[in-house]
Amino acid sequence: MPSFDLARAPLRELNAALHALSPTTNETHWIVSNPSGKHAVACGLDAPVTVEIDGHVGYYCAGMNKAATVVISGNAGVGVAENMMSGEVRVKGDASQSAGATGCGGLLVIEGNASARCGISMKGIDIVVKGSIGPMSAFMAQAGNLVVLGDAGDALGDSIYEARLFVRGRVASLGADCIEKPMTEEDRAILAAVLKRAGVEARADDFKLYGSARRLYHFHIDNVDAY
Amino acid sequence: MSVPPHRTPPRFSATFNPNVIAEIQRAAATGIYDIRGGGAKRALPHFDDLLFLGASISRYPLEGYREKCGTDVTLGTRFARKPIKLKIPVTVAGMSFGSLSGPAKEALGRGASAAGTSTTTGDGGMTPEERGHSSILVYQYLPSRYGMNPDDLRKADAIEIVIGQGAKPGGGGMLLGQKISPRVAKMRTLPEGIDQRSACRHPDWTGPDDLEIKIEELREITDWEKPIYVKVGASRPYYDTALAAKSGADVIVLDGMQGGTAATQDVFIEHVGLPTLAAIRPAVQALQDLGLHRKLQLIVSGGIRTGADVAKALALGADAVSIGTAALIALGDNDPQWEAEYQKLGTTAGAYDDWQEGLDPAGITTQDPVLAARLDPVKAGRRLANYLSVLTLEAQTIARACGKSHLHNLEPEDLVALTIEAAAMAGVPLAGTNWIPGRDK
Amino acid sequence: MCGIVGLFLKAPRLERELGALLSEMLVVMSDRGPDSAGFAVYGDRTQGRVKLTISGADEDVLRRAVAELGKAINETPAVTLHDTHAVLSICFDKEKAARAFIEGHDDISFVGAGARMELYKEVGRPEQVTQRFGLPRMAGSHGIGHTRMATESAVTTRGAHPFSTGLDQCLVHNGSLSNHNGVRRMLQREGMRFATENDTEVAAGYLSWRIREGASLKQALTDSLSDLDGFYTFVVGTETGFAVLRDPISCKPAVMAETDDYVAFGSEYRALAGLPGVDKAHIFEPEPATVYAWERR
Repeated sequence: MPSFDLARAPLRELNAALHALSPTTNETHWIVSNPSGKHAVACGLDAPVTVEIDGHVGYYCAGMNKAATVVISGNAGVGVAENMMSGEVRVKGDASQSAGATGCGGLLVIEGNASARCGISMKGIDIVVKGSIGPMSAFMAQAGNLVVLGDAGDALGDSIYEARLFVRGRVASLGADCIEKPMTEEDRAILAAVLKRAGVEARADDFKLYGSARRLYHFHIDNVDAY
Repeated sequence: MSVPPHRTPPRFSATFNPNVIAEIQRAAATGIYDIRGGGAKRALPHFDDLLFLGASISRYPLEGYREKCGTDVTLGTRFARKPIKLKIPVTVAGMSFGSLSGPAKEALGRGASAAGTSTTTGDGGMTPEERGHSSILVYQYLPSRYGMNPDDLRKADAIEIVIGQGAKPGGGGMLLGQKISPRVAKMRTLPEGIDQRSACRHPDWTGPDDLEIKIEELREITDWEKPIYVKVGASRPYYDTALAAKSGADVIVLDGMQGGTAATQDVFIEHVGLPTLAAIRPAVQALQDLGLHRKLQLIVSGGIRTGADVAKALALGADAVSIGTAALIALGDNDPQWEAEYQKLGTTAGAYDDWQEGLDPAGITTQDPVLAARLDPVKAGRRLANYLSVLTLEAQTIARACGKSHLHNLEPEDLVALTIEAAAMAGVPLAGTNWIPGRDK
Repeated sequence: MCGIVGLFLKAPRLERELGALLSEMLVVMSDRGPDSAGFAVYGDRTQGRVKLTISGADEDVLRRAVAELGKAINETPAVTLHDTHAVLSICFDKEKAARAFIEGHDDISFVGAGARMELYKEVGRPEQVTQRFGLPRMAGSHGIGHTRMATESAVTTRGAHPFSTGLDQCLVHNGSLSNHNGVRRMLQREGMRFATENDTEVAAGYLSWRIREGASLKQALTDSLSDLDGFYTFVVGTETGFAVLRDPISCKPAVMAETDDYVAFGSEYRALAGLPGVDKAHIFEPEPATVYAWERR
């Protein structure tokens, strides 16, 4: 099991070593210690390996992740798993702003809280937050599922496209063009599947679904207040 | 009723001129601002107001056909492991697949590659056709992140972080429903046929302190190979250039207000930003103040049309220029052969700017397969390559006349201005004087 | 555009370590602001006396100027020298005269004043700045610090943060105000004076003006939400208080940690990572447009 101490060697060496791994590597489990809030830790991975990071990370940890599993035993800074393509990123602590921003696929699990703009412009990623999410989350969310066991802050889903937002707790307010929608069997099945993948125990029936009213899809003068 | 004699002929107001009246009538009828493509159409102080001082007795010119005048430029010499080497200092600016048709993007790649220069993706991701036909391709990283993925990031030769563009500094893009075809929608993960609004700020950073961290991430993902460009619309060029440099950019792209866009509000295009002429010197000054001029590279764009413009921009301190609108014209945009169809659209060849509608008779700014098929990417690419050659030859002609064996040796002191405005903006003396308005000396 | 840190101790237990803790927090934020750095520390107060922090080229210049000042105000100030800065302790009733002398003097500049506040700022990498001033050895009840990446105003000592425009009041800022010129003109009409073109100084002046007009710190910050436009995270210190405010959009980063002993602020979590007991602290990001304030009596 390769281990890497960021207090002793530079980030560049860690990321270079992880990028050099082939899809068939047998070095499939990496331990990274002393991340000390460094930025861009384990970003751009594209091999099906597991990287466990023991501590807090700074901005853009596991950015653009593809195929890999990245586990952060601490808090994550701005933009954790931003633009993730596939694989899994799990934050055991809290996540800062813009968690999972523009993510295209894969699963992001935040066991603590996520702050503002969680899932902003998400494009197919599944995000599960065990705690609460901050304001302006899922702004311009295009596709994918955001599942929140706690509460959501102000302006949830502002200018949302076709993403699904499942919230179990209280929603402080909905953003422009975001509405509560009836949950169909299909939605319930999607939610249950995401919860199962995330290993999170919760009843799909306890959630409410929010999505696009599709009133802003075509510019109309009567909706001008929403812009 | 008879018309009285000596009646004054109809007289239009300069303030409420026919264009203004038509716009008020249009606004009153529709309730929405005018959206169009292209760049600023108003008259602005421009490179035309500058002249070169050719060599004579105090300086010696180079022979046009024998003595070499270099045109090559290397971009990304500051931090990138693999800088880009271009044969000519004219690149093709970012224009999206979506705003442009597939054949148009292919033609840009073919033309740029034939001329030994780079082309650039746009807000909508990289297509395989575009990558395949571009020997050097710059991949734009935009607020919307449409189609952004690490594989294409690694396939690119450079990465351009777009903060703004000259046509609309501080604004996001728009792509109206007619142009969101099934393929465009899929690349952007959007429902087909909707009016798409792009974000004006990046979703996961704002300001230079965070930009520095974003640049570090992109470098780490691509193992420090690719030059990182930062593109800004010209508005506060001194500060923006200094901050992009401090944040770690390899190349700064500065786009003046004549720079085009696929679609945005006319009020934005005509009333926000600085003319290209006025933006270059403050940007160069910022780099000089930081000791970074010629250590990182400055690309200037927005209304570059001729080899004279190229030479003037380089003389004012740019390392290269970039063309967008001119490249589209070279491909066949606004070609008189489509005049009958322009007339049907209520316009005329040379004035067509409704690029947002997707009805382009020339098949360039459209997603309509029938219209797009009108553009032969091989022939159009050839036209672009020809045009790029002419830009280069013209710039060399001027440089040789000024006694320069390389375009990069052109200096502001080789220029004078015809107008006080241009003299002040470009920081060169009014012709026949040693007066630079606004400077002590 | 910058890094911000702040540490407010709820009880005296960690007071002797304040400077060391704040220094470590500040140094971690060097990358966010490599141009200059500054900090304010709220130390002891002496009844009837005020601390004036001044800056000058070096210790000789400062010594000479302080001697002249002593003659001018007819009182020999108690002085502590810290590299390019000096903290003078004088009688409260001599403050006005001393300020006038400093403002008329070519070699020294006024930095800040207060019963408890000492203010230090200088151009250079934050780790050098904290060492030059000896921050790790300072004690106090609270302190705030800043590392600066200048946006539109000059990289100078005066342009560094924190900015103080009132007794014991100081402010640091990350972001960029978009209407500071108009607000500055309004405040100048109200009699406020400014030493720089910096947007942050306007924010500090605005709060001092509101407080002068009778507002509490909390009220002044609430008012700023309607009068100051742009992107900002403010951390504010007063003689006994500490406050945080983010603009309604809140793009600039902010993390806080609260324990029984302290409240701490950092632009990034890593600034807080070295604080004692932080692993058990309540960690949160301040909500947009919400005033957070702590007071110690």
